This record gives sequence, structure tokens and C-alpha cells, in this order.
Amino acid sequence: MDESKKGKSYAPFRYDVGREKIREYSNAIGVHAPVHHDLEAARAAGYRDVVAPPMFAVVYSAGSVAQGVLDPELGIDLGRMLHGSQEFVWGEPVCSGDTIATTTTVADLYERAGMQFFVFESVSENQDGQETVRGTWTNIVRAG
Amino acid sequence: MAPQLNEGDQIAELKVTPDKYLPHRYAGASGDFNPIHIDPEFAKAVGLPGNILHGLYGMALVARAAIVGVEGDARSLKRLSVQFRGMGFPEQEITVTGTVREAGDGRVVLDMEAAQGNNRIIRNAEAELVLDPGA
Repeated sequence: MDESKKGKSYAPFRYDVGREKIREYSNAIGVHAPVHHDLEAARAAGYRDVVAPPMFAVVYSAGSVAQGVLDPELGIDLGRMLHGSQEFVWGEPVCSGDTIATTTTVADLYERAGMQFFVFESVSENQDGQETVRGTWTNIVRAG
Repeated sequence: MAPQLNEGDQIAELKVTPDKYLPHRYAGASGDFNPIHIDPEFAKAVGLPGNILHGLYGMALVARAAIVGVEGDARSLKRLSVQFRGMGFPEQEITVTGTVREAGDGRVVLDMEAAQGNNRIIRNAEAELVLDPGA
């Protein structure tokens, strides 16, 4: 693996958050609290619009991280890739109507026990420049 | 009001049995259409027993259990880290458990895990939450 690519970052990826996508995602993970489905309930709880569950972060940031995963300069063998671990640190909640810009950086590259580790860090901000989430994505490529 | 949580307490378990087509709905919702999750024949062709659950779906269940466990809301969860280990399968019950590692100053840290029977699909998960975030 080419360790000189450590620190490489990719162009920001923008995602427009919509109510129906929040509802669809919430239903898929079995989250039925009204603030994730109903505008009036969300406003009554102090949100400007229907609010996304925290793990909706994967929906708006995956398109950014994909730029790294699919980068030919890193040469990740997708057929042998496993998602090893994941961390999110949340800031400002994300609501319908927000536009989230996510920038991904190659945080670390290393080999251990014959396996290759590709660690990406994604930082997401809303239209007001507030950080909504910071993700650390560790992908492992098994030995061939 | 947040519940009184003390070090060593267990939060309420979350039990979910994803149906046969859950991976398809999660694929649509998340945008991750990797065929190992939705196509049993493809999965078998690459050496898996069948199509497997998305790891991030399991992580979403851990997040859900943590938030419900502290009677929180969308603002409660501040950090969640997980390790994906065993493969998860549709049509098998998932149990998410959590134990309070630290509690105090309106903040709680949980040690969490998700398993299907003896198959621990998410291990060493750590969730940090604030209680009454709207207050």
C-alpha cells in the first residue's frame, strides 16, 4: 500500500436532507418517535423541521467516504474489504431542509498481521458551518 | 426526566428480528446496495452462508437501544464507536444490551453489544450520551 496517500482529502460532497428520506431511513431502522416523522411534533420539541436520527449520518456522508473507498490511487480490493469498525461523534442535529457538506480525508494507512487497514475521517457541516458529525471509518482488506 | 442510572446498571434490552426483506429496505434507505446484503446467490458465490445484514444497520440498532435506554431523544447521543465482528443474518433475533460504565454530571457512558444467539455481531461498542439534552 502507498502510505504517501495518508492525508489525502477529497472534494466536499453535498447532500440535501428531505423529510421523506428521514422517514424512510427511520422506518428501516425501526425508529418511530414522532420527531422523526411528523413536522408538528418536531417543532413542538424545538426542532426547525423533522429531525434525523443520529445514524442518518451514514446517509449523508457515505457519498463522501465512497470517494476514498473507490479511489484508484488507494487501490482497495473491494472483494476482500470488510468494515472493521466505525465511530461517530455528533454535533448539531440534522433536520429536513439542511444541506450537509462532508469532506473525507485518508486518516491512516497501515498493514498488520497481513491485513491492510484503511482509515478515513469524514467531517460534515450544515449550511451554517456547524459541525453535525465526525466519522472514523476503518476498512480492513483481508490477505489474499 | 432521564432515569436514574448508576455504574453497573443494565439498560433495557432491545430485541429485533429483521425480516427477510429488511436488508432490501435498509439498502434503499441508506444507499448501500452491495449485493452481499441483498442477493443470497451472490453471497453464496463469494463464500458466505447467505446474504448478511449491513453492519451499519446493526450499529443503528445499538444507537436506538442506547437512546431508548436513557429515555433520550435525537440530541442525546454524542458519540458511538463499534467494532463489527460476526456476520448478522435476516430472520434471526438480534439482542442489543448495554451496561453503564460511567454516570454523572448529566452524562452516561454505556458498554454495548449486539448478538444473534451466541454470535456477537457488534462488540466493544461504547456510547456516550447526555441526559435531558433539551434542558
